Formats: sequence, structure tokens, C-alpha cells
Amino acid sequence: MRIRIYFAKTEAMRFTGHLDLHKTWERTFRRSGLPLSYSQGFHPQPRLQLACALPLGFTSQAEILDAWLDAELPLEDIRSALCAAIPPGIRLQRIEIVQQPSAALQTQVLSAEYEITLKEDIPDLDDRIARLLAQQSILREWRHKPYDLRPLIEMLETSPANGADRRILRTRLAAREGATGRPEELLAALGIAPDRAKVHRTGLALRPG
Amino acid sequence: MFTPQEIDAHLDEILPTVQKPGRYTGGELNQVVKDWRSVKTRFALVFPDIYDIGMSNLGLAILYDILNRRQDVLAERAYAPWTDMESAMRKRRLPLYSLETHHPLAAFDVIGFSLPYETLYTNLLNLLDLAEIPLLTQERSKDDPLIIAGGHAAFNPEPMAPFIDAFVIGEGEEVVIEIVETHQAWQRSGADRQALLRSLSRLWGVYVPSLYQPHYDSDGAVSHIEKLDEEAPLPILKRIVPVLPPPPTRFIVPYIETVHNRIPIEIMRGCTRGCRFCHAGMITRPVRERPVEEVVAAIEESLQHTGFEEIGLLSLSSSDYTHILDLVQKVGEKFAGKHLEISLPSLRIESFSVDLMDALKGARHGGFTLAPEAATERMREIINKPVSTEQLMETARAIYSRGWTTIKLYFMIGHPSETIEDVQAIADLCKAVLAEGRKIIGRRARLNAGVSTFIPKPHTPFQWAPCDSMEQILAKQSLLKRELRDRDIHLTWTKPEDTLLEAWLSRGDRRMSEVIFRAWQNGAKFDAWQEHFNYSAWLEAFAGAHLDPAFYTHRERPIDEVFPWEHISASVRKKFLTEDYLWSLRRQTRVDCRERCFACGILPTFAEMRSQHPGEAWQCPEVKPKSARQGMALIQIAETEAAT
Repeated sequence: MRIRIYFAKTEAMRFTGHLDLHKTWERTFRRSGLPLSYSQGFHPQPRLQLACALPLGFTSQAEILDAWLDAELPLEDIRSALCAAIPPGIRLQRIEIVQQPSAALQTQVLSAEYEITLKEDIPDLDDRIARLLAQQSILREWRHKPYDLRPLIEMLETSPANGADRRILRTRLAAREGATGRPEELLAALGIAPDRAKVHRTGLALRPG
Repeated sequence: MFTPQEIDAHLDEILPTVQKPGRYTGGELNQVVKDWRSVKTRFALVFPDIYDIGMSNLGLAILYDILNRRQDVLAERAYAPWTDMESAMRKRRLPLYSLETHHPLAAFDVIGFSLPYETLYTNLLNLLDLAEIPLLTQERSKDDPLIIAGGHAAFNPEPMAPFIDAFVIGEGEEVVIEIVETHQAWQRSGADRQALLRSLSRLWGVYVPSLYQPHYDSDGAVSHIEKLDEEAPLPILKRIVPVLPPPPTRFIVPYIETVHNRIPIEIMRGCTRGCRFCHAGMITRPVRERPVEEVVAAIEESLQHTGFEEIGLLSLSSSDYTHILDLVQKVGEKFAGKHLEISLPSLRIESFSVDLMDALKGARHGGFTLAPEAATERMREIINKPVSTEQLMETARAIYSRGWTTIKLYFMIGHPSETIEDVQAIADLCKAVLAEGRKIIGRRARLNAGVSTFIPKPHTPFQWAPCDSMEQILAKQSLLKRELRDRDIHLTWTKPEDTLLEAWLSRGDRRMSEVIFRAWQNGAKFDAWQEHFNYSAWLEAFAGAHLDPAFYTHRERPIDEVFPWEHISASVRKKFLTEDYLWSLRRQTRVDCRERCFACGILPTFAEMRSQHPGEAWQCPEVKPKSARQGMALIQIAETEAAT
């Protein structure tokens, strides 16, 4: 059976990268005693899929993992086995059964939402945002490849709009394969150093199916 | 002093800017966090290298478990920050802190350093400095933590003597609790720091260097060690536990990749083989085994607690574990199909070892490792690892024909009396083994040759021998590089500078401490890391301390020389070591000491303990209980000695 796990990645694990998170989940399943499926072949790999890599240092309340089990089990049993086995940096939210067949989880992601808390007040933040959003294209470079950040920004606002705390940004960035907007790139485009902000992922949108 | 909250505020800013910040946060599964104020003793366990390496250290994991089981003690971890983190910390004057609760190390009562090898010494100084703790014992006040160290390197504690308040010589499982209790009693008494050190020195296995003063002859060798405190023991006898306590099973599971991501289970301590170069084989006697059921139960429990994918069944010589076949069969059956990799290092060179690996039903990747150590039968007799070349070839054939494509062979150059022909023989043997592989599996056959350089270690029969000079090492290595130019042979070797540093540090006397201190001041740290090792910093340090490095390493010692480690007893007697050295020069070998006791010194020292723990857990001959013995044991041992 294929299950989908919604979970939060908290402070304690904010510096655990994508591959290590994958390993952490494998170990969580091994501790839980649930019959995790492995691929066939010379180097059997656990059948786990994480929806969308979260950059190092970010926390998230909206992570998704698909896992395959070798047996059909009631969701409640799976839930309690996992609850007993998860490490301090993961918080389980909900589990559901994925009706098969369905495409690889990574290919279903459309966009990701983030809440960015700035460590200091930027008086002209609204202006910077307005100027940024007014641009036709924002040419930037990622790993030596030029790309346009502008079409990847689906939404960007301060929050609460006109509220007391001016230091929280909300944004929705495209997260499709080959078209991923990165919060740290957005911050750079706004002239904010990445270590002056805390980034928290608040949502992942999947396409139906 | 910084509070944990202040440290956290700094970390918030620093961590996003350094490599692998997951090294510095703590918070992993199975870490133990206690209320700082609820305990009497706060103990920091420090591995003086980075997290990635230190997390794999079994010794500290054992002590962490033992200490945290006590309600009145908390134990937390600390490791060396990598250079980027260190400079970020120094810029903010942020002290070294513990991973569990982020307290500065200086706030702990006791700091215990693990010293399994000597190239950690400058890191230890650097960490004390980063923790803002005075480097020298004599500069520490009552409010500074007690600084202790243990591990294999501590069997020659002298080079680090001025920096360490007390060394643990030998096994730490019991004495660590006695140290805690001594510290608590001292705290209650309100006495000065000197009183603490004196009472620690009364504990079996504890060496307090400031209570001893070495004296030197005009030629620079040690003349004698003087006790500065009447009641301090001399010699200082290593600590052992009579029976291996149950192994820890609740290992901390790192959130990031470390060097060994596995559950280490020690199946046996000590070794009965008596290879003459082997430091571990001499200092970890007697051989004590864990029962098969205990090992299997420990594997099962630790899998439940950690979820690790790999198990390492550790010992100095797995094949010599009495019930090894039974163990691997049980493990193979019980854990087959669980996608678990089981490693069984240090197998003897015989085809039975291939049967053992087969029984584990493990994957064939990773290669099969054998350690002949030398390539000619003459050389192997000298080092007392008598394996015939035919036996090696037969084992190699078994390995290649049963599914492995890669054989790894470990050798050492620089053994006593080695000639260039012996080195040539290493190259010839590698080629011969690969040729066998090609006959069996064709072009898929691979051979890895790891060639390190011999260092005459303290407490071994070779402690009198000189090291090869830089020129000799380079000549031997270039021969091997020239001869082993085959695309299917992968040769690795130790840089001669690394070997010499390790040799100086492991053979040094107390004066060497000045060299270590100066080298650290010259910028030496992470000496075990190729990219950081700074040879010239060490040469300058020797010059500054007016010491000649060659004095420590390139001189065959007279048989009656007093060694800098003479006052430390591994309970293997000097008489035995001397005889074994002389035997080696005559190519005379010793059989496995389970076949015949050579009276190395363990049994006379621990006769009482052995008599209280009869049976097969110890591999030494049995000793009758004291009531039945009445002097008999001594007579028997005297007879055995006379017979050898």
C-alpha cells in the first residue's frame, strides 16, 4: 500500500538536508517495525518519496512523504507505530492512503508557500516589494545558470498588511520540476541577506491526481 | 559566563553561515537531556575531532550511557568545531558548548576527553582554549572543571601530562563512576583542588601526572620517575573490568551523515594472537567475550532504538571469538531480509573467514579485507603473524570465487629488519593475488592495497625498535608506486610526515608537551586531517623546545632503557616483552595464547579476579579460588614462566 504522510519539520531538524531527511524517515520506519517496501536489485532502496526539498536552515509545517508498505494495514495502526518512532525534529500531522496508480510525488508539486520572518525592520519593505513585483523579469543566476525569478513568484505580500509587525513576508513560489522559486533568491532580490531572515514553509500545493 | 540562551542567540546567527550546521545543534533521537540543577555532577564527554567522527566513538557512547543512568549525574557531548565554525565562534568570543543543553564547557564539573590516537593532542589544547579553561593543570583553580582523559593513547600519558589533571589508564566502565563519587565527596568536603587530585590518584586505574616527576639522564633518556606524593601508586596499574558489562543499545541517531552510520557491538575485548606490532593487542588483555545470546539481544534492541541499517560486530580478531560460527549463523538467520548490513572486521586469513561472511548473508559490495601485514613468511614470523603465503592465496581464491570482486590487503612497511626485498614482495604478492582473481572472475577482479608504516608503540614487544627514516619510507613507497601501476590495483599509503608525527607523539616523554604546546601555538590542529596537517609547525616546535625528533623515533633503544611510559603498567610485563622482542629477532613465533599461556603478566596480576570469574568468558587459564589455592597459583605461574 502507498501512504501519504503530512508532517512538520521543526527547529531540531532545520539543518538536516534532503538526503539526510530521507535517511531519517527510513530509520523511523525501521524503528516502527512497519513493513517498508524496498526496491529490487543489487542495492535495494527504501520506497520513500519526499515531495519537495526544503533548503537547509528552513523549518516547515507542510512537508509530504509518500511511503510504500509491503502489507495492507489500518491507518490507525500505521499512525501509532510511526508516532512511537519519530525523532524529535518531526511532527506527524496526518496520514492518508494514496489510491494507486498515481504519479511520483515530486511531479505533483505545483507551488510552495512560505512565511519569512525578518530579523530587523526594513522601513521601505513595501516599496521594495512593489518595485520587485512591477518588474517584467528578474534575471538571476543559480548554480551558474541564468534564470528569470519573476514568473516563479506567484504571490508576495507583507503580513499583516498595514499591521503592527512589518517584519513578516508571505509568498507563494512555483515549485514545479525545473521551475522552482527559492525563498533565499527572493530575499536576495529584495536586498535582504539570507541570514537576516527565518524561513518557514507553510504550504505545498499538489496538482490533483 | 554565557548562558545557554545567549549561546542560542549567537548560534541562530552563526549556524546559517557555516558548513554542515547540523553538527552543532544537538537534539538528536536518543540524546539524554536532564535538568541542569537536578544533578550533583555535570560531566562533559568530548571527542577532540569533529562531530562526524566523534559520533562513531564507541567508548564515549558507553560512558554516556553509564553516566546518564545515574540519577545524580548528567553527561553531555561536545566535539571540535570545524575551522569555519571555530572562527565564527572566536569572532563572537563564543565558548565551546555542550550539544544537549548548550551550556559552556567551563560550567561542567568534569570534562572527559577521549584520546584513542595521538594526533588529537593539539585539538585537545585548542578545545580547552575555546572553552576558556586554563591549558595547564597547575593554572587551574578550584572553580575550573576537572580535566580527565582516557583511551588507548593514554597508555603513554607523558606527552600530555601537564595539560590533564588525571588520566584513566585502561577500561572506564567502573572507574568513571568512582571518579564521579570522588568528585562529589570532594565537593562536600570543600577541600582544595590538590586534595581532589590526591584522592583521585588512589583509584585503581587513575594516573595523576602532577604527583610524579620524571628525571632524565645526561643522554636524554628517562632515568627514573619520582613520586611527589607518598601514597600515590607506582607503577600505575591499568583498570580492567572482570566481565564485559551489557553493551549500550540506545545509540544517538544523528540527523546528518557521519563516518560510521552503524550500531557498534563489541563482541570481544582483547586478542590472544600476540602480533608484536599491535598496541591494542597488548594493552587490552585479557581476552573477554560476550555470550552469543547477549550479542544477539543487543543487536535486536539497538535496531529497535535506532533504526540503523548497519551493524558492526567489533573486536580485534573476530575469527577468534569462540562461538563465531554460532554467532554469525544466528545473526544471519534472525536478521536476513531486513535490509541490514552486518560487518565483521578483522577476520583471519583462512577460507573459514569466507564461510563466516557467507553465513552473514551480507551483500558482496565493499570488498573483502585481509591484513597479512607483511608479504614474506620471514617477515610474518618476525611480527608473529605466521600465515603461509599458500594459505593467503587459497583464501583469496575462495573470496573471488564466492562473489566478491574486490580484495583489500593491508600491509605495513618499516617492520624491524625489513629489507627492500620484503617490500618488493608486497608488490609481488598483490600482483599474484590479482592474477588469481583474474583467473576466476576475469577482468572484474580488483585489488586494493593499503600500506601504512610501522610505528613502534609503547607496551609492545617492538617498543625498542627504531622507526624508518623519512628517506627509507620514501624509497619503499616509491618502489610500491612504481611496481603497482595496474588499473585494477588501487594503492593507498600513509604520508611519511603523518607517520613520523604519530611516532613522536606516541613515544614522547613529558618534555614533548612543550613541543605539542608550541606546535598548537604555531597553528597546528586537526593533525589527523591531510589538508590541515602542518609539518613545519611541528619541526619549528621541536627546535623551539630544543628537542631532537630523531631522538624519539630513529634510535634503537638499549634493552635496559627506562621508557617514558615505564611507570604505567598494562600488566604485560617488561620481562615478557623483552623476551618476545629477542624471540622476534630469531624469527621465533608464539602460538595463540589460548593454546598455551606464556605468562605475559595478566594472570599473576589479576589471579584473584580470574578465580572469581571462572569459565570461558576469560580466555586465560582458570585460577583456583584463593581458599583452594594457598599459594599454588603463584607456584604454577612460576613453573609456566620457567617453562618458557
